[in-house]
Amino acid sequence: MSAVSNTLLELSNISLSFKGLKAITDISFAVAKGEICALIGPNGAGKSSLLNIINGVYQPDVGRITLDGVVRKKMHPHQAAHSGIARTFQNIALFKGMTVLDNVLTGRNLKVSSSWIEQVLHIGRAPRDELVQRKRAEEIIDFLRIQPWRNSIVGTLPYGLQKRVELARALAAEPRLLLLDEPMAGMNSYEKQEMSRFILDTQREFGTTIVLIEHDIGVVMNLADHLVVLDYGKKIGDGAPQEVRNNPDVIAAYLGTKH
Amino acid sequence: MLYRESGQFVTRYSADRKLFRLWQERLGFYPLLAFAFAVVPFIGNDYWFSAILIPFLVLSLAGIGLNLLTGYAGQLSLGSAAFMAVGAFAAYNFHLRIEGLPFLVSFILGGFAAAAVGILFGLPSLRIKGFYLLVSTLAAQFFVQWVLTSFAWFSNNNSSGVITAPPLVVFNHDFSSPAGRYLLTLTVVVALAFLARNIVRSELGRHWMAVRDMDTAAAVIGIPILKTKLLAFAISSFFLGIAGALWAFTYLGTVEPHGFDLTRSFQILFIIIIGGMGSILGNFLGAAFIVLLPVLLSNLSGSFLAGVIDPGQLENLQKIIFGALIIFFLIKEPNGLARLWQNFRQRSRVWPLRF
Amino acid sequence: MEFFFEVLLGGLLAGVMYSLVAIGFVLIYKASGVFNFAQGSMVLFSALTFVSLLERGVPFWLSFLISLATMVALAWAIERYMLRKLVNRPPITLFMATLGLSYIIEGLAQAAWGAQVHGLELGISDEPLELGGMLLSKFDIFAAVVAGLLVAVLSYLFNKTRTGISLRAVADDQLAALAVGIRLNRIWLIVWSVAGFVGLVAGLLWGARLGVQFSLSLIVLKALPVLIIGGFTSISGAIVGGLIIGSSEKLAEVFIGPIIGGGIENWFPYVLALIFLLIKPAGIFGERTIERV
Repeated sequence: MSAVSNTLLELSNISLSFKGLKAITDISFAVAKGEICALIGPNGAGKSSLLNIINGVYQPDVGRITLDGVVRKKMHPHQAAHSGIARTFQNIALFKGMTVLDNVLTGRNLKVSSSWIEQVLHIGRAPRDELVQRKRAEEIIDFLRIQPWRNSIVGTLPYGLQKRVELARALAAEPRLLLLDEPMAGMNSYEKQEMSRFILDTQREFGTTIVLIEHDIGVVMNLADHLVVLDYGKKIGDGAPQEVRNNPDVIAAYLGTKH
Repeated sequence: MLYRESGQFVTRYSADRKLFRLWQERLGFYPLLAFAFAVVPFIGNDYWFSAILIPFLVLSLAGIGLNLLTGYAGQLSLGSAAFMAVGAFAAYNFHLRIEGLPFLVSFILGGFAAAAVGILFGLPSLRIKGFYLLVSTLAAQFFVQWVLTSFAWFSNNNSSGVITAPPLVVFNHDFSSPAGRYLLTLTVVVALAFLARNIVRSELGRHWMAVRDMDTAAAVIGIPILKTKLLAFAISSFFLGIAGALWAFTYLGTVEPHGFDLTRSFQILFIIIIGGMGSILGNFLGAAFIVLLPVLLSNLSGSFLAGVIDPGQLENLQKIIFGALIIFFLIKEPNGLARLWQNFRQRSRVWPLRF
Repeated sequence: MEFFFEVLLGGLLAGVMYSLVAIGFVLIYKASGVFNFAQGSMVLFSALTFVSLLERGVPFWLSFLISLATMVALAWAIERYMLRKLVNRPPITLFMATLGLSYIIEGLAQAAWGAQVHGLELGISDEPLELGGMLLSKFDIFAAVVAGLLVAVLSYLFNKTRTGISLRAVADDQLAALAVGIRLNRIWLIVWSVAGFVGLVAGLLWGARLGVQFSLSLIVLKALPVLIIGGFTSISGAIVGGLIIGSSEKLAEVFIGPIIGGGIENWFPYVLALIFLLIKPAGIFGERTIERV
């Protein structure tokens, strides 16, 4: 049993429906600080919706979310960003017309200390601040090994690299909770290994708590400390990978039952 | 071979932010600037100043203004001329009604007035996106024009509605001669161009581009959309307002609303399309093009093609060529002349190798 | 009170004229996904061609056919040299291309036919017809009837024929339409020709009203508020939008104008459209696009 102070994120009785279609029904689980928690389940199980609820893109009809002991009522995405939640998206929400470096720098927007006037006239705190942000951004770029492409326009990069840049942008915000929506979609096994490595490194070096959605069970088994299994909007499994794997409901959902 | 970066690597981030990283570029640019300031006023003739250089500079500045809003922040606008008009009339009225107000201050105040109007008509951008935003800026264009022509107070109750610009005296020097007006315009435009460049490379510039590229994602990562968009309208209109004041005071010598009509707005939009959206240099290239093409055409028809094209048709030919060029650029190089120039620079850097 | 109704009806009928032009826009928007800024110059070009032929003694219907053929040729050229090269570009790019197109067509029109104003007689007098104590223009009524016919024909085309379905498919997703075998070139040619035809009809009616002159191409600026209110994708919306703009413009001009100064009809429709947009960003009949992240 985890002590309350060890829990970063707790969802309690979350339900969400879209115009009569129940997307999520009464889901509760807790994510401990510094752990990697994977949301798995068949397509349409409600995983992305759950992620959207955590960072405020959707509002649940019922239920509440507790972030590090603080209960949230209504939340909008930029408030989530202010509370230290960063995320990546299934379809890559990068700024395609900007360079990699600029994209990563946008991730630092909440850490910038200069006002717009100082920026416009390049006076006061702005010059120093630009250099500080640049330094931090470069550290993330080093961490994810995308230096050769720092001045490339993101829209011209291959898919796998774009996914890495999106991760870099999220990390640049120095989040305490990182939400990854299918970070390995469309990758081959080598790229998946690489991305898994980066995710693990993130956990180890920065102590970031990570919630991710992933379809590849093999990857998830090795990567996650904690699994939450969804099916048709309901939770059917919750625990360490090994125990979830042997859960008959989970097996039934994924593999079908013996008749 | 000559123009290469080998040996010119930066070791500090501050060095990476310099305007020109390679000494070859610095060698090209600064002397050019010095030439423009120190030599041209003495060797140029009045025609060049009044008909070519000054409009080129002012239109470049207008292009910069619109580019900040449309090219960098992604907010489409057809109201540029309206903001220029506000700047011109406001500067005139400030200068007229406040005793002893320095000239340049009235310009800046004109810019602020334009910024205020810009914010007003930019407010709808918070709810309306993309193409529909045109409606708001077109409303601005027509409404402002109407206000300035209908209420005589703006033109100081002048019966014809047209005002002559006051003499240009700055720090007790009279800049009213063509060379003087050129110098004044050059100074203002160069200063504002540097300012613009600062802005687009700053955090604000990045916010603009983020909003342009995907504003939903920008909101999710914490960028304040409201503030970003309104600042885009405000700063862009400020630039346009000053351009308008310059247009009236140093180019035309009169302040009248008809020069700031929809055609002018289109012209500025063409400048940034041809020159390159999302670029500062592009505005100068685009403006040069817009200013020089008619001159070129009339000279050509005067000399080589004399008799083939009669002067009445020149305007039509010009229209056709402009239209065709817009389409050409949109198809071939949507990033305009600026990108063409950039490609040229890239190729030169590795010449005689291919890449 | 009667005066009010007279102004209102006059405005409504004037609005029908706006709708006629707006329909051309809707057609192209439905099929190409682009606001065709050149529609106004197309109206001008077609009307000029017609009137110039007429003045040279070519019989009415022949002039009409030749003008129509010219518009089809124009549509072919637009498709071949512009639309084809801009497949799948963002709508802003396409819009700016039509901006350039409008300049080309205007330049061509004036180069070919000159810049003077041409009068146009369609044989319908502008005598007022008395109806229930109010004076209505016969010409306006004729225009309304024409518009109604046009709408009926076009609605049939879009909803009941196979071509119509293909048109709507192309409007939705060009690449997908290509993938199921729809010939984009053919569709565009058809749509732009039909738009040209609609433009010709609108041009004739407007030309008879105002004379065929350069300012005809500025009608496009009136069409935009109409489309905002009515939605870009609905023909019936274009009618409704036209009626609303026409009537409110007239009413504003007559009743509000004297209070704050004349000439407000230039910006009034735009401010009206703006207010509409703030309440209903997709127009009355328009479709709301949902952006997914």
